[in-house]
Amino acid sequence: MPGKSPWKMAVGATAIALLAAGCGSGGSDDSAATSNTVSIGIGEPQHLIPSNTTESNGAEVLASLFYPLVDFDAQNQPVEVAAESITPDKTNTTWTVKLKPGFTFHNGEPVVAQNYVDAWNYGAYGPNGQGGSYFFEKIDGFADLQSKDPDGEEGPQKAPEPKAKKMTGLTVVDESTFTIKLSAPFAGFKSVLGYTVFYPLPKAAFSGDGVIAEGFEDAIVGNGPFKMKGKWEHDAQIVVEKVADFKGQVPKIDGITWKIYQEDTAEYADLVAGNVDVQTQIPIESLAKASADLGDRFKKSPNSSFQFVGFPTFQKEFADVNVRKAISMAINRQEITDQVFLGSQTPATSFVSPVVAGYRPNTCGAACEYNPTEAKTMYEAAKGPAEIKITYNVDGGHKAWVDATCNQIKASLGVNCTGQGEPKFADLLTKVEKKEPVGLIRLGWLMDYPLMENYLGPLYSTTGGSNYYGYSNPAFDNLVAAGSAAATPEEAIKKWQEAEDILVKDLPVIPLRNGQNVFGYSEKVNNVEVDLFQKVNLYKIEVVG
Amino acid sequence: MFRYIVRRLLQMVLTFFGATFVVFALMFANQDDPLQALAGERPITESQRQALTERYHLDEPFIAQYWHYMKGMLTGDFGQSLTGRQIGDMLEAAWPVTFRLALLAAVIAAVIAIVAGVASAIRRGGTFDNVTLVFTLILLSMPIVVIAPLAQLLFGIQLGWFPPTSGADPSMWALLLPALVLASSVFATQLRVTRTSVAENLRADYVRTAKAKGLAFRRVISVHVLRNSLIPVITLIGVDLGNLMAGAIVTEGVFNIPGVGFNLARGIRTEDGPLVVGFVSALVIIFLIVNLLVDLLYAALDPRIRYE
Repeated sequence: MPGKSPWKMAVGATAIALLAAGCGSGGSDDSAATSNTVSIGIGEPQHLIPSNTTESNGAEVLASLFYPLVDFDAQNQPVEVAAESITPDKTNTTWTVKLKPGFTFHNGEPVVAQNYVDAWNYGAYGPNGQGGSYFFEKIDGFADLQSKDPDGEEGPQKAPEPKAKKMTGLTVVDESTFTIKLSAPFAGFKSVLGYTVFYPLPKAAFSGDGVIAEGFEDAIVGNGPFKMKGKWEHDAQIVVEKVADFKGQVPKIDGITWKIYQEDTAEYADLVAGNVDVQTQIPIESLAKASADLGDRFKKSPNSSFQFVGFPTFQKEFADVNVRKAISMAINRQEITDQVFLGSQTPATSFVSPVVAGYRPNTCGAACEYNPTEAKTMYEAAKGPAEIKITYNVDGGHKAWVDATCNQIKASLGVNCTGQGEPKFADLLTKVEKKEPVGLIRLGWLMDYPLMENYLGPLYSTTGGSNYYGYSNPAFDNLVAAGSAAATPEEAIKKWQEAEDILVKDLPVIPLRNGQNVFGYSEKVNNVEVDLFQKVNLYKIEVVG
Repeated sequence: MFRYIVRRLLQMVLTFFGATFVVFALMFANQDDPLQALAGERPITESQRQALTERYHLDEPFIAQYWHYMKGMLTGDFGQSLTGRQIGDMLEAAWPVTFRLALLAAVIAAVIAIVAGVASAIRRGGTFDNVTLVFTLILLSMPIVVIAPLAQLLFGIQLGWFPPTSGADPSMWALLLPALVLASSVFATQLRVTRTSVAENLRADYVRTAKAKGLAFRRVISVHVLRNSLIPVITLIGVDLGNLMAGAIVTEGVFNIPGVGFNLARGIRTEDGPLVVGFVSALVIIFLIVNLLVDLLYAALDPRIRYE
């Protein structure tokens, strides 16, 4: 093509390019404009198999697709939902679950006891690598489903097959009844059953004994009020529609579009423009303008998150309890929740979250009260270190408050305090494991089930899964165990409160803040509630007009 | 010409292996504990850690992991991301939208840059030239992390001209705002290069000859000057097209477009080695092909250039 006009080439290329860019487009949400459906923003779920779903995005979607055995009332007491009754024996060791009749999965299969047992055995079986498997630890026979690598993780040998594939503690009595035998008595087990991992799976989920069918995760079949419409459109959306004549509580809306966002600021932009109806957690960057943008559609409600800093026990300079107490008293929690978090969090003055039964306000007492003069006197008398470090992970938006806390410590105690950022939480944990001098470590906790034990056990007991700082007090451990083994929930709470009193004396961590849901919704919807687990109440939300 | 293309293709194979090796090595060096990164702040049970470590070969040495990966890739299997999704499927879902976005941005940038560049070169020192100079300087000095949210706030939310986010399968209209934002990151340079190149050629002998022959000014500019001036600009556009596809990390995040940049950002955040390497491998291929096409375009534009 020598000699001809380059314009022609350019125009031709442009036309082709524009055509290519334009084609394949489609309006994605024009159908939702008038119908009785809502769209709720989430992040891309990591997984949607119930036993592998431990983060809130997946849990929210599953809450629409499944109907749990128990749900929680306004006082966070468990109430039977898909279960007719859940009754313990005298020792709280064997629990009998009786299912309500008439429920079916979305594919027409009736829901039977075996569905629960199969799903739980799959979740607990070690080689399946399910993220929520630790929930089944309390069930008898769990240990036999795990295997240990004979030469450690790094070694060349593969781990042997676990001894068993089924937990001995689960027994099917008849079509609608099964029993759960625990390895130790636990009065609060009914509350545990409310969590996502305890949903049943239909027969269609399994392609063989204990093998999930290929593609099932993208088109989950549940027993809940909504069913999947089409497949999980990764990174885009998950659309669910109402199940005709659902036997349980019937929601007021006809369907939900779970819109997937990677950045919560993008989700907020869509919320303000009315392209998404509910955002369950408004990002801190957008909080300042949220009440101006949304008016009274900007709401707050309590959730279970609990933020604190821990003292690693290998850091000998913090061994004296008075040093820890002085640092705690040097921090003005109210100022930080107001200035840094713009009121989206509240100061914490106890070792458990206010949302659980048995919570008492201000158990921490004087130790959590801002008192710079006394703090300084106490700190100097106890000969606290002249250098304090707070290590945190930079990917969680923690820099602002860690720096603010450090400035308060500096001002109150007259020592040097620096915030030390690590790229990820995993890097922080690695340093703690190697016993490097990390100083104070930033930590947070979201509960799995609404019991005091869910804070006391994992965070402060010697074998607790999230006790990264190594606090260990046998008297405390015994009281937590005694509470779990108590005959009634009331007695359990009593023991757990006694255990919390020990924490006040020992102060292994400094409680800082309790989280809140700061959520907003569009003009299209009404009666929006966000619960303790950061989930929208799907049975109450309705479309306006 | 044929020999040239074959030689370039062979070079591409080497570059491809080199680039993926480097990326894999970097991901590997950066990787601390991807399983913990995935779980966030939740504890991982020992048996879960064990099962996942074996599934993703995390306990094997670097070379073995690279070997596993390459073996899969050469048979068309990009492997699994750490959340268990097929990376091949993810690529398939992510490419179309990124491709459309980048193409739209490239066209917008090229059209504006060439038209404005020629106009300001013809009247050098005039008002239009000075205004574009100031405007391009402002754009060049503003990073995309500022421009993207600003454009979203202004045109998406406050004025409401465009939808604030685009989503997975956007219409042309929904893509326009992110494409404009992306285009703004490259068109300033293209404009400056066009202007300089055209201005230089306007003083060339052949232009004087053309004018002396009595050709219309329009024809002198559009046929004689532009054709010779476009060579450096085409190079730039070619490189930019690659950059636009790779560099949309910020823009895709702000406008919620689940494309390549979006997936790369997620892979890096969760230390998902296979995911990052899979997308980068695809990007490397795109870069190589675009550059080859650009080189071949030279020959079409300038008869003096011959490839042997």
